[in-house]
Amino acid sequence: MACFVVPAVEAVITTAVTKVIEKKEKTEAKNETVTVSGGFSKKLKWLNNMLWGGSALLAFEHIWHGEVVPWFPFLTNAIDPANRAEMLHEMATAGVSMTILVTAVWAGIVAVTGIISRSAVPAESKSGRN
Amino acid sequence: MTLLITVFSAIAATIIWYNQKFDDRTKTGVLCFMYWGAAIMWFVDAVFEYAELQSQYFTPALSDMVNDAYLGLSVTALGLIIWLVVLLISDPQKVVRNALMKK
Repeated sequence: MACFVVPAVEAVITTAVTKVIEKKEKTEAKNETVTVSGGFSKKLKWLNNMLWGGSALLAFEHIWHGEVVPWFPFLTNAIDPANRAEMLHEMATAGVSMTILVTAVWAGIVAVTGIISRSAVPAESKSGRN
Repeated sequence: MTLLITVFSAIAATIIWYNQKFDDRTKTGVLCFMYWGAAIMWFVDAVFEYAELQSQYFTPALSDMVNDAYLGLSVTALGLIIWLVVLLISDPQKVVRNALMKK
């Protein structure tokens, strides 16, 4: 019905947060002589891609099923109050679950890449000493 | 069916990304995350649908299956179009820019 709206809202927020962090990282990189590649903003971009991409493709599915229309109020279920309640219920259940799962998967990817990069640094420094 | 086609698209995009050895000059990472994001969302949708329909979920009508397959392929095509637009606008290898600047 309109479940894709919830991850899209999160995508707007995370994109704004990414821009702020990116700006901060650039300022820090200017002040420091050593630049750190793969900062948190890069990892946030992975989440943005998942949320924006997923929402866009899901929105297409809703257009396909005639649930999203190009005129106000854009969502066909928003016209009738009974359908509206059902739509809001679906947003609160399926929409929120989608957002939580996508964010959880992203957090998992970030955790795993963190472990991999931490384990790679001592191995590189060891080989550098030899 | 839509979920299955999206998952296969995500797997194919990930294999292509991996074979490029992390050289993301063609922005395949964007395609991977986009398909995986959609696949996760459709997975949640499928779980909710299964909770509602129970075993009927696995025995859809042929017309529904064909429609879902058609939708899945259309979604894959849309994903590729979005990726192509992102690639041409960001132009990491400056191909578009060089082509426009060339007299």
